[in-house]
Amino acid sequence: MYRSLFPRDMFAEMDRLQREMQQAFDLSPTIRGFARDGYPALNVGGTPQTLEVYAYAPGVDPASLEVHLERGVLTIAGERKPALPATDEKAAVHIHERFAGRFRRVVTLPDDADPERIDARLRDGVLHITVQRRASAQPRRITIQ
Amino acid sequence: MSRDVQTTRGDVAPNERSRYADAALTPPVDVIEDANGITLYADLPGVSRDKLDLKVESDTLTIEAESGIALPEGLRSHHTEVGLARYRRVFTLSKELDTEKVSAELAQGVLTLRIPKARHAQPRRIEVKVA
Repeated sequence: MYRSLFPRDMFAEMDRLQREMQQAFDLSPTIRGFARDGYPALNVGGTPQTLEVYAYAPGVDPASLEVHLERGVLTIAGERKPALPATDEKAAVHIHERFAGRFRRVVTLPDDADPERIDARLRDGVLHITVQRRASAQPRRITIQ
Repeated sequence: MSRDVQTTRGDVAPNERSRYADAALTPPVDVIEDANGITLYADLPGVSRDKLDLKVESDTLTIEAESGIALPEGLRSHHTEVGLARYRRVFTLSKELDTEKVSAELAQGVLTLRIPKARHAQPRRIEVKVA
């Protein structure tokens, strides 16, 4: 079992429980569900002009990372090599919590995401994807005649 | 949990800030021991070298770090899996480890810590006598 980055702090845990309860009572969740404990962990947010996705992917070779945006679905895929040396017979593994292997996570983006204007940067193991919203979807002030 | 829960609860007005003042994520780790020492790998995404604090005090190893992700202005969060920007994890070391010679490396959000064994603690083959 791989442990996620969830805190052991009691109050933060209780907040998380409350959030998950609210999602459980939401009667029409998205068909892709609310994947949790996945690798990489995702934070998704937005500003009036952009959509921002943060994927916490420490230790991933940038060459193996793939980011696709197709029909409003953002896919982040790649591979993380295991830290354990497979050959050393004398090595003992005391704690093994970190994820290793291939991964793929999918996020549905709102309709106004512009697939032509997407930007992805990897820094300190965090992949930051910025998708611009279409200009037509920006709020406009309507002048009253 | 070493924190005193009672004092936290007893706050007159526990606002968000004081409530999360010392909350931290527990980073996942791998710990591998070989003949010459122990290697620890810890996932610390978003942490740059200057935000990483490693301490060895007698037999306690403390890893503390802060992720420095710059958020754009006016960001509204829709979905959050990583809710805190701080990491902390504490380990108790054993006597045969040489805490003077710990080496650390931080790359792509992964900390690699190497703690060698003290010279006198290196493995010796023990002869098994057949009686």
